[in-house]
Amino acid sequence: MSREETVVVRARRAFQSGKTKPLAFRVLQLKGLHRFISERRKEIAEAVQKDLHKTEHGTELFETLGLEGEINLALERLAEWAAPRPVEKNLLTISDEVYIQPEPLGVVLIIGAWNYPWAVTLQPLVAAISSGNAAVIKPSEVSSHSAKVMEKLLPLYLDTELYPVVTGGVPETQELLKQRFDHVFYTGNSTVGKVVMAAVARHLTPVTLELGGKSPCYIDKNCDLRVACRRITWGKFVNCGQTCIAPDYILCEPSIQGRVVEELKKCITEFYTDDPKSFEDYGRIINQHHYRRVMALLEGSTVALGGDSDETQCYIAPTVLSDVTGGSKVMQEEIFGPVLPIITVSGVDEAIQFINEREKPLALYVFSPDNKLIRRVIAETSSGALLANDCLVHFTISALPFGGLGNSGMGRYHGKHGFDQLSHLRACLIRKLKMEGVNTMRYPPHTAKKLSWARFLLLKQVNVGKLRQMAQVTLFAALAAFILQRFFRST
Amino acid sequence: MSGPPSPSPKNWFRALRRTRLGEPCMKTYPLECVELLKRTRGAFQAGRTVNERFRQTQLEAIVRMLVEHECDFVDALGRDLHKPRFETVISELMLVKNEAVHAINSLKKWMEPQRVERNLTTTLDDCFVMNEPLGVVLIIGAWCSPVHFCLVPLVGAIAAGNCAIVSPSEHSSHTAELLHRLFPSYLDNECFHVVLTGLNELTEIVELKFDHVFFIGNKEDGTRIAQAAIRMLTPVTLVLGSKNPCYVDEHCDIPITARRIAWARFHNAGQNMVAPDYILCHADAKERLLQALRCCIMQFYGSDPRESRSFGRMVNLECLNRTRDLLGKCGKVAVGGKVIEAEKYIAPTILTEVTDSDPIMQQEIFGPVLPILTVNSLDEAITFINQREKPLCVYAYSSNCKVISRLMTETSSGSFCSNDCVLQSLLAVLPFGGVGASGMGSYHGRQSFDNLSHRKSCLLRSTRIESITYLRYPPYEDRNLSLMTWASNLSQRSQGWCQIL
Repeated sequence: MSREETVVVRARRAFQSGKTKPLAFRVLQLKGLHRFISERRKEIAEAVQKDLHKTEHGTELFETLGLEGEINLALERLAEWAAPRPVEKNLLTISDEVYIQPEPLGVVLIIGAWNYPWAVTLQPLVAAISSGNAAVIKPSEVSSHSAKVMEKLLPLYLDTELYPVVTGGVPETQELLKQRFDHVFYTGNSTVGKVVMAAVARHLTPVTLELGGKSPCYIDKNCDLRVACRRITWGKFVNCGQTCIAPDYILCEPSIQGRVVEELKKCITEFYTDDPKSFEDYGRIINQHHYRRVMALLEGSTVALGGDSDETQCYIAPTVLSDVTGGSKVMQEEIFGPVLPIITVSGVDEAIQFINEREKPLALYVFSPDNKLIRRVIAETSSGALLANDCLVHFTISALPFGGLGNSGMGRYHGKHGFDQLSHLRACLIRKLKMEGVNTMRYPPHTAKKLSWARFLLLKQVNVGKLRQMAQVTLFAALAAFILQRFFRST
Repeated sequence: MSGPPSPSPKNWFRALRRTRLGEPCMKTYPLECVELLKRTRGAFQAGRTVNERFRQTQLEAIVRMLVEHECDFVDALGRDLHKPRFETVISELMLVKNEAVHAINSLKKWMEPQRVERNLTTTLDDCFVMNEPLGVVLIIGAWCSPVHFCLVPLVGAIAAGNCAIVSPSEHSSHTAELLHRLFPSYLDNECFHVVLTGLNELTEIVELKFDHVFFIGNKEDGTRIAQAAIRMLTPVTLVLGSKNPCYVDEHCDIPITARRIAWARFHNAGQNMVAPDYILCHADAKERLLQALRCCIMQFYGSDPRESRSFGRMVNLECLNRTRDLLGKCGKVAVGGKVIEAEKYIAPTILTEVTDSDPIMQQEIFGPVLPILTVNSLDEAITFINQREKPLCVYAYSSNCKVISRLMTETSSGSFCSNDCVLQSLLAVLPFGGVGASGMGSYHGRQSFDNLSHRKSCLLRSTRIESITYLRYPPYEDRNLSLMTWASNLSQRSQGWCQIL
């Protein structure tokens, strides 16, 4: 038996023992995860520094702060999420218990990504633990330092059988995918996403795919360009552009393109100084393969800002390209780097058409003071999420489901959405062996009379709440009538 | 925006004439489907289905179609499955009508954006989840309840604002043809279509770009459909047949139990995805249960069920032979057992002395045959169920609520029902679907609407209050980070970390 098979068999056995069913156990594990993040802050930050040239502050801000928030939310709301959810009754089920019971699925495989190695690997783990599943965690081998730290330290804080960490590259992942899981959670690109889906389809394993795409960013000419460009600069160049929801390209009218470039230049200098290469808060491309990939995308486009690079350090300066067209090389794939193309469009109509000609993105950004325009873009385009007048922050709101559609993925998570995604919501109908008289209408031999009874009972939806309300109103009316009657009698 | 063509006299006579003459329907080939998909997608992109009024009109049209052509449906299902009128009206037409009416009444509420909890720092923002239609949905229905399995998901698809292409099974050919003829007279001709294809063509069709594929049927076909959908990253809902266990405890009212089980197992001649597939009977109750079942079958279908108008037939010879083979190989026939190939008839049959390694226990039965296995305790029953794939339904009969509770919490299945069968799959308020080998995703009522919508997160901020957001910009400073950590600790009771971002 291979290492991967052993790990999965052990996790399944541990799950089947029923260990994860009690909420107290899940709370314990979540608290363990929380302790891991607080106590091992330094080791995590060091690993991310080596992987992505991120400072300790950057790591805390973008990786662990969000994770802590998710854990705290799960701890607070677990009892509510895991409780049976009653539903409306009808005449037929009026004396029965009818509800939806959330149940764990079993063993979940979480395949993490390298761009935020802690956030995108461990946030799904929070959902898996809170929904009572076992989980096999496979961090990305590309962010190798983070993977090593996770493999070494996470088992000290969580149940080792239920939540094993498996490191390795493509062969190890393929071996893992041969095993049978009850759900697979994958964050990464759509090519590998399809491979993952194909590998698990024979077991009919459901998948959640958090993929990428080219997230468009439309800037209306009437918006406050200074603030808009600030927010876009932040959203685009954080983590050196390696964010799945980073604004991939800008759409704006030709009349403001010059000003946009100017404002972006000011913000870049303000955030990353004149020499981002020597500035500690500016990241690096993860490896040489991606460095070369991003540099190749610049071919054929006009560099309006930046453009410097250094292969030895995998450094690419914050770069802005102007007068890009839909057919340019940089528009053929998700950039995932610090290169921001600007495409000019005649107005919001052309922008909407441009966006709709392409695959549905994970996020869509609109910068405009005009609410009507924003609502129009919401109604006439489709994307995983839509943000007006800012970038990235919807990721931090646990009440909003985070996920894509079409080429940008399927399924969603964060907060309760993650809990529901990794649970089976089982329909339960608890009846009694009484009131059989009502049931006789459905038994053969079938007659016309039974049919008319059945029609009546099945077609009437009964709102038990309303019935109760009506009963209360009737009682109140009767009481009022009685009191009035006494009053009139006495006078 | 034009509504669907109303059933004008010309259309009505045309439909009537076709129904009477039994004009053969042309099979739809994959190439034609490409064209059809293009047209349907064009209609979707033109925004025809977005409007609430349009969706309501289409749903009302479905109800009208079922009411006005009740006799045609009863006739078609009678020819396909020898389905009694009662079963057609209740488990097919009424069910769909119920769903459609429920959707019409709830549509406004479902379509409303859902506001999410905000905290102090997001009070100035608009934060909500929008329900957006996906696009074009492909619905593939099974032959055992062709109207239900094609039209209930269609109700969900319409309510969610999608266009749809419906593919009823070729095995229930009369019903498929009827739907193919009626759709143009009731539903929008650009947005909703019926195609008539076989499974092989279907896998080719699934590889085209749909926004969701909805499949109800058996596991092998379901797996093929799921694999075909990968090419375009198409999400799928699969509701797959399975062996649904039914536990009968020693402490329960045997006559009532037997009646409910017999009804559930033998209606539609056992060709029902939610019927109890086999019984796990406590040893002490077995003889009584067998006797009670014998009496029920007599009461329901008379001494010769072949003569009863309330008993169905197998859909085709292939299914008949498959079930007959299973019958011949194991167990002892305690009731029934008669097979008449010419009439596609298998008598309501009960088998005893069946063991778990018998061929009949290795696949879904899908015929009027009910094996009874004996268990000595509840623990044994739970172990037996858990050793197998997760089924679509688990049933339990007992007057002891602790037994029910244990069986429910210690097993997993798409749905669970105690002291009855099938009913949980007929309610619009309960999601119906499988888990593990019995499928993924679910439908009915609100669940259909949610499953066939994209829930788009929207956060609308303003560019005015920039002074707070400056904390997040580089250069990162200790002071800024501690402020943000402090703020996020404060706002932990709400639904987000550091809303100051």
